[in-house]
Amino acid sequence: MKNRRKTVQKIWFLLLRLAALLNGAALLLIVYFILSRGFTAISWEFLTKAPENSMTEGGILPCIAGTIGLCLVTIMAALPIGIASAIYLNEYSGKGKIVRIIRLGINNLAGVPSIVFGLFGLAFFCIVLDMGVSLAAGGLTLAIMTLPVIIGASEEALKTVPDTYREASLAMGATQWQTIRKIVLPAAFPGILTGSILGISRAAGETAPIMYTGAVFFTPNLPDSIFDEVMALPYHIYVLATAGTNIEATRHLQYGTALVLIVLVFGMNLTAIILRSKMRKKLRI
Amino acid sequence: MGHNIKMHTKGLDFFYGDFQALENISIEFIENRVTALIGPSGCGKSTYLRCLNRMNDLIPGIRVNGLAMLEQEDIYESSVDVVSLRRRVGMVFQKPNPFPKTIFENIAYGLRVNGLKDKAKITTIVEKSLKQAAIWDEVKERLNESALGLSGGQQQRLCIARALAVDPEVLLMDEPASALDPIATQKIEELISFLSSQLTIIIVTHNMQQAARVSDKTAFFYMGKLIEMNDTDTLFTRPELKQTEDYITGRFG
Amino acid sequence: MKRQSIDKGVHSLFLAIALFSIIFLSLIMLFLFKEGIPIFDFITVKDFLFGQYWYPTDDPADFGIFPLILGSIYVTIVSGLIAIPLGVMTAVYLAEIATPRVAEIVKPIVELMASMPSVIIGFFGMVVVAPFLQQVFNIPVGLNMFNASLMLAFMAIPTICSLCEDAIFSVPTALKEASFALGATHLETIVKVVIPASLSGICTAVILGLSRAIGETMVVLMAAGGAAMIPMSIFDPVRPLPASIAAEMAEAPFRSEHYHALFAIGIVLFVFTFLFNILADYISYRFRQTGEASL
Repeated sequence: MKNRRKTVQKIWFLLLRLAALLNGAALLLIVYFILSRGFTAISWEFLTKAPENSMTEGGILPCIAGTIGLCLVTIMAALPIGIASAIYLNEYSGKGKIVRIIRLGINNLAGVPSIVFGLFGLAFFCIVLDMGVSLAAGGLTLAIMTLPVIIGASEEALKTVPDTYREASLAMGATQWQTIRKIVLPAAFPGILTGSILGISRAAGETAPIMYTGAVFFTPNLPDSIFDEVMALPYHIYVLATAGTNIEATRHLQYGTALVLIVLVFGMNLTAIILRSKMRKKLRI
Repeated sequence: MGHNIKMHTKGLDFFYGDFQALENISIEFIENRVTALIGPSGCGKSTYLRCLNRMNDLIPGIRVNGLAMLEQEDIYESSVDVVSLRRRVGMVFQKPNPFPKTIFENIAYGLRVNGLKDKAKITTIVEKSLKQAAIWDEVKERLNESALGLSGGQQQRLCIARALAVDPEVLLMDEPASALDPIATQKIEELISFLSSQLTIIIVTHNMQQAARVSDKTAFFYMGKLIEMNDTDTLFTRPELKQTEDYITGRFG
Repeated sequence: MKRQSIDKGVHSLFLAIALFSIIFLSLIMLFLFKEGIPIFDFITVKDFLFGQYWYPTDDPADFGIFPLILGSIYVTIVSGLIAIPLGVMTAVYLAEIATPRVAEIVKPIVELMASMPSVIIGFFGMVVVAPFLQQVFNIPVGLNMFNASLMLAFMAIPTICSLCEDAIFSVPTALKEASFALGATHLETIVKVVIPASLSGICTAVILGLSRAIGETMVVLMAAGGAAMIPMSIFDPVRPLPASIAAEMAEAPFRSEHYHALFAIGIVLFVFTFLFNILADYISYRFRQTGEASL
């Protein structure tokens, strides 16, 4: 009887382990394919030239520039709003009705499908605010999408600041704002930073929200105003893979672009993950 | 005129939600004297201390009845500005809690938030406060190093210096030496005696010897009530109530 | 007195900023409805939701989104069948069995899965999984419901896994110890104590994971095959709601019937995910764990 129970447990634990393994394997598989096939496409020209010959040759510089530009607009819009919201929720608010409503808003915003953000961006930023298809419209659309991630991460970071810091500051006759600005925020900064990197990395990889708000099929020029339309890495992959002039012949470009996007997004994520684990070790001491 | 009342409470009640943590506390604190609040854990002495600079305001769902006066001013009056109240009534916490900043910046912080910009003046006051807290000699060479590198006892004296820098009239100390070793504790106690000529000190402690050593007056709390208060010498040698005697002779608590 | 009044001002400013999320959410709803409602001048709500034919550019056009809704529901169900067991099992493994060292490696993997751009997953489905399915199952097209569901599962697993793990992790140790003390094995403790105690959290995780799957665009746009018809088999191509919007917005003339119809699809999609989120919020709020006593 006792043995049977042990065997059953062994079998189940093996299954659980396999499940975890399967996830890792799936991730590795995708990364392996993109890496092994995209690697050959990467060259100095690929990274520094514009697409040529109806996008069947040349590089992806405008896409890289466009994605970076979109991320910058996103950061500038989402970071202040996100951090301020988190400060309000964690430092000022009690447990009132208004907080519950704000949290409900954030939760639901986090659940809105990415294509719906795209629709909204198109109707609101591009048309009503007359921004057209532009860096500004695309970046702002991404910013709204990223907002819940940044609020969540910032709140998490603010929670790790010990209350004794707040008390010591208040006990000295500092106002709450002085306490937040000079004590709480500096202490929470690393956490906010990692959370923001995660949020921005998500924005960098998104396609649906920018399809009709910021990114275009092809433009050889690098953007020089936030009201320019841009190319973007994720959209470029989609376009080459589904609507290019010669889909099969440009496979290496597709893999190459995908590799650049993965390196960009994973690079940001790994930075954040490493920063965070360093911080945790520091906190433990 | 050596017996001005600096602070007093009259019939002070305190509630966390439905739970009454303090009941009808009336105490007078004499200017430039040390008053010790003693009693077993959970007797309300720390809660009471935190009423005196409204630190309890940070906790949701609390309620205060009765009177708490700083000189002629009711500190729970709605017109009272909590921020300037806390500047006048400073506080030192149980666990040393220096900010993750340099030693200099820890002291300068309170001055800056209170609007002082003159650099020379700040430097002067930092030095003065560190000297006042008897830690100057130990840190004068390393003012620009992180305060977190100091030992526990040094950190606590730094926190006292930090509280002194904004020139408070009353200093609340919540078991300031409970986390320290005996030598550091002795230094803190010497410091308290030294400071008592300059400002009013109210100290919470569960260490009765400490109360006996540093304070002029002692108040004994039990179960949220003030049981007995008297000159420290009298209270420890001839307590009026049996309950007090039991506590100070170690029969309960 | 000046800095005190600054403090009050800052407080109100932060409140105002914190309201942005709710304002944006309202704006999103407002614009979806503003641009989507006009389609119902041409077609009844019933015909829109339950019409069998989606020929938006035909003359006269057909705007029946029933096949699209079914497409979305099917891929969500199939991906759920894959992602729920895998996600929950991985979470149990992480929270209960894995040594801290192993967990420290597996958790970042799950996070990286979550951060994988959807366009790359869709691309992978197109160029790797589709030919593979075609060969193995001997089917005409590899871009179909099964392919899209597999890829969606990949996206839903990290959401389900990390939320589940939080829920399982927060089960009080005292409960587990009580079970061990009665002579239960670790597995019995997990099945009979840990999982029941964290069930509401697990449900929330599953709902949010599925909500992510139903709203995901690029994967279904690239890997689902895109045929707007009611699927008969798991290997039939489908055209889920988000794919329709993404694929057709470019060709829909501004404020034409087609344009309004796509926004109306947006409303349907929004309502789906909104309901999922409200449900998740309700479950986690209503059945939230408050410690040992809540059992």
